[in-house]
Amino acid sequence: MMQAVLAVTAVIFSLAATGAIIRIARGPSLLDRVLASDVLLAILGGALCVDMAVNRHLNNLMLVVAISVIGFIGSVTVARFVADRREQPSEP
Amino acid sequence: MSPDTWTFDLASADGWINLVSAVFMVVGAVMSLGAAIGLLRFPDLLSRMHAATKPQVLGLFLLLASIGLQMRTWWVWPVLLVAWIFQLLTVPVSAHMVGRAGYRTKHLHRELLTSDELEAVVQKAAAKAAREDGSGDGPERQS
Repeated sequence: MMQAVLAVTAVIFSLAATGAIIRIARGPSLLDRVLASDVLLAILGGALCVDMAVNRHLNNLMLVVAISVIGFIGSVTVARFVADRREQPSEP
Repeated sequence: MSPDTWTFDLASADGWINLVSAVFMVVGAVMSLGAAIGLLRFPDLLSRMHAATKPQVLGLFLLLASIGLQMRTWWVWPVLLVAWIFQLLTVPVSAHMVGRAGYRTKHLHRELLTSDELEAVVQKAAAKAAREDGSGDGPERQS
């Protein structure tokens, strides 16, 4: 029965990761891509959490914390050094 | 114990715990899907930021709670709480930095805003900077 839950969450996480990757590829600005990659890291952490819960181990817990640290440092760094290189002020 | 043998037998407490953690896992995954749909459908950066926070806070909370329910031990809860509080501390800082950079580089649809309290502050700071520049250059610019 738990295999059904695992399959359902796997499908949902795959669709969510696909959406985030599409936004990374298409995003009109750098900040959109940073935001989408942050969401992709959150999806990865969530998938690791589901793996731990279904298989009842705690091997990935430090990896989840490290992923959140990486997302934090990455988005703060890019947002700190982002500059406006476009001509028109508003997004098309 | 293999995951195949887990049941949702509601006569026992074990079945209830399995059911609650399964619901938490599915809802936490749906939070990620909602964030992805919001990223794809929302028109500008600030509204996409609103959607992006769902799996980072509530989704992670639900999934960590399902880990805690499945492990059936008490000592794991403080560890999960530390992981979640760390996420709670870092997410607002990064969202603040991204939103600030998005406002500065004008990645927003101004007609979608209901109120813009930052604009008055920005204009006041700009006026103050212009005044200080003017007083440093000479008396003819003081007005």
